[in-house]
Amino acid sequence: MGTLEQPPETLQRFAAGELDAFETLFRQFQGEVYRWILRIVRDPAAAEDLTIDTFWRIHRAHARFDPTRSFAAWSRRIASNVAVDHLKTARSRNTHLDASLPVESIQDLSVGNPAIRRELRERTQLAFLQLPAKLRAVAVLALIEGLPHSEIAEALDISTAAVKSRLFRAVRMLRKKLGNLDTNHD
Amino acid sequence: MTEQEEKQVADLLKESMPPVNRELECDLWPRMLQRLDEGSDRRHWIAVMFSPSALSAVPWFDWALLAVLVLGVCVFPRSIPVWLYHF
Repeated sequence: MGTLEQPPETLQRFAAGELDAFETLFRQFQGEVYRWILRIVRDPAAAEDLTIDTFWRIHRAHARFDPTRSFAAWSRRIASNVAVDHLKTARSRNTHLDASLPVESIQDLSVGNPAIRRELRERTQLAFLQLPAKLRAVAVLALIEGLPHSEIAEALDISTAAVKSRLFRAVRMLRKKLGNLDTNHD
Repeated sequence: MTEQEEKQVADLLKESMPPVNRELECDLWPRMLQRLDEGSDRRHWIAVMFSPSALSAVPWFDWALLAVLVLGVCVFPRSIPVWLYHF
C-alpha cells in the first residue's frame, strides 16, 4: 500500500479538515484499503461497506493525523481495526465440529480421494471461522496471503512477537479442531 | 510447533480458502459523501457549535467583546439584570 504517497500539502490540508483533500486521499487509497480489508474478511460486499467505515473513521480522526507520517500506513492500521471488529461481530456459523476426520480418511488424501478432500476443505473452513477474530486476521494474512510478520505487525499495530504468538495459537487451535494431521496429506 | 506443522496447516488453508485477489469495481466516493452527510446530520447541535472548526471561525473581535462582557459582569454583578433586559 502507499506506492503513491500524497504531497505534504494535501496531507496538511486533510489534517486541517478540508474535504477536497480528504476526497483526493479517498480516491487514491480506496482501492488499496478495499483490497486490504478483502484479504482479511474475504467477503467483497462486506469489504465495500468496511472501506466506507474505514474512511469514515479516518475523516473523524483527521485532527489526530500527523502529516509528516505515512497516510498509507495509518489508513491500513485503521482498516485492519475495522476488519477485525467486523470479524468479531460477524455472525458465526452454528455448525460445530463434533468429531475429527478419521486418520485413514486423511491418509486417503495422498491418493487424492475427492470426497475426503472436499470434506476436509469444508472442515478447514469451519474450523477457521471458529477462530477468535484476532487470530483469524493474523492467520489469514500470514498463512493464506503469505505476508511477512513485520508487515502484519505494522498493519495490526502490534509487535512481531505478538504476531508469532497469535499465529502459534491459531495453528494450534486449527490442528486441535481438525484432529490428527500428522499424516502427510500431500 | 514446528515449521512443517505450520506449513501443513497453511497448505490446508490455502486449498480450502484460496487468496482473494479482486479489485474494487466501483467508485465508493458517492457512498462516502452520503455517509458524511448522514454523519453530520446525526451530530448534536452542541457538538457542532463547539467544534474546533466552528470556534476557530469566530473573529477575534467577537472574542474580545465577549471577554469585555464577562469582565463587566464580574466587576459589576448588579448589571446582570440590565444585560438580561437588553438580550
